[in-house]
Amino acid sequence: MFLRLRLPLLLTLLAGLVPVVAFFFKDEARAVKAPASWLEQDMIIVAGFALLLGVVNVVQSNMKKIERRDKGWFFAVVLLGGMAVTGLVGALGAFRIGGLPGIGNYPDGRPTPFAWCANYLFTPLQATMFSLLAFYIASAAFRAFRVRNVAATILLVAAVVVMLGRIPVGEGVFGRFTEWLMQIPNGAAQRGIIIGAALGAASLSLRVILGIERSYLGLDKGE
Amino acid sequence: MAYFDISRVNALTLFIFFCIVVILFIEKARADRNLYIRRIAGLNAIDEAVGRATELGKKVLYIPGIMSIDENQTIASLAVLAHVARMTARYATDLDVPNKDPLTFASARETVKEAYTLEGRPDLYQESMVHYVTYDQFAFTAAVSGIMVRERPAANFLIGSFYAESLLLAETGQASGAIQIAGTAEVAQLPFFVCACDYTLIGEELYAAGAYLSRQPAMLGSIKGQDWTKAAVGAAIILGVLLESLHLFPGFKAFFSIQ
Repeated sequence: MFLRLRLPLLLTLLAGLVPVVAFFFKDEARAVKAPASWLEQDMIIVAGFALLLGVVNVVQSNMKKIERRDKGWFFAVVLLGGMAVTGLVGALGAFRIGGLPGIGNYPDGRPTPFAWCANYLFTPLQATMFSLLAFYIASAAFRAFRVRNVAATILLVAAVVVMLGRIPVGEGVFGRFTEWLMQIPNGAAQRGIIIGAALGAASLSLRVILGIERSYLGLDKGE
Repeated sequence: MAYFDISRVNALTLFIFFCIVVILFIEKARADRNLYIRRIAGLNAIDEAVGRATELGKKVLYIPGIMSIDENQTIASLAVLAHVARMTARYATDLDVPNKDPLTFASARETVKEAYTLEGRPDLYQESMVHYVTYDQFAFTAAVSGIMVRERPAANFLIGSFYAESLLLAETGQASGAIQIAGTAEVAQLPFFVCACDYTLIGEELYAAGAYLSRQPAMLGSIKGQDWTKAAVGAAIILGVLLESLHLFPGFKAFFSIQ
């Protein structure tokens, strides 16, 4: 009971209170500021070890997928193959094996195998995913701006005005109205959401620090 | 006292006020168990979404955002995950929880495992239900989109902290025909979720989700306390606007300035 419940809750209480208390003290108060800074650094170290856990899980779950010939098992082969190749060239570069100068470029500007993987495989794939967003925005806008009721019509009119006000040809006519729409009605709504969310986050933090909210530990009220 | 940052005394005052109000309402809730909390459509729809997945014999896909466990939205999301996992355990429905952050992955795994145990169905729990994908944002998006397209889950939950991937995931889910419940406090991502999802938990609704679903008096009390603090903040804003407009008590505005 102590290791499963009380110790995690006690650690949460301490880890939650230390940064809050440190916020109200000057930088010269080393006795208060140092533990807060230590906690921040500690989080990075814990996350590093957890990443290892994640990598092990990726290998295990994808190996199982291949063994069972699950739907889409070929993608698991591609994933594990890519991971092995990138990991290998990265390790060779990091330890400077085989005359590699590191994981960046050679002195003459040629990319090392790891840099080649990053520049010519990984970055373009990331860019491809991100660029799909433009098409998804168009399809989402089409659905959102369909005139179904009064609210949707107001949304459509406001969106058209803002879009026209943001392009050179429409800026002269709609520019000021666009700014008004964005800063006054839109700004007011956003502030309302932000104030509510900030208080909600503070309330949740208090519940976590006091040990009332325990779901993140996998614990229920029964314990 | 020389080490105390006097410029933050206002923040300390508000912090103490907030704590007192919340703790008072928690105690009040423990005494009086009939606290009224308004209906949140997105949370009531969880039963419908899991029920639909059960009827169709398809899986439930739960994405707890892309941030780590030090983010409040992720903690709030895990509370909803616990509820969803108990429902999938009760109805023997498949659950899939892909993760981007390794710490969130470890917590989500514990949450789901515990939910299945509490529901009396530890036999249905499988390690593969909660799995790690990758730390890269768009590689994660590609992998989860692939799951949505290939495996066609009947219900998608996108609850937590999301950024540029929000619309990519929500639109893919929409196109696959799944019922979608989203929730985030990222203001820039909310319009995307509202457009592409059936229900959206907006800002504070996400943080209230754990309390709303658990119906625990102490949790509900904290929501009530938070609402009263919000009313006090609203009153302070109105008073501040009036005083500034009338050029009275300039110190009132200065009190709320935090350096």
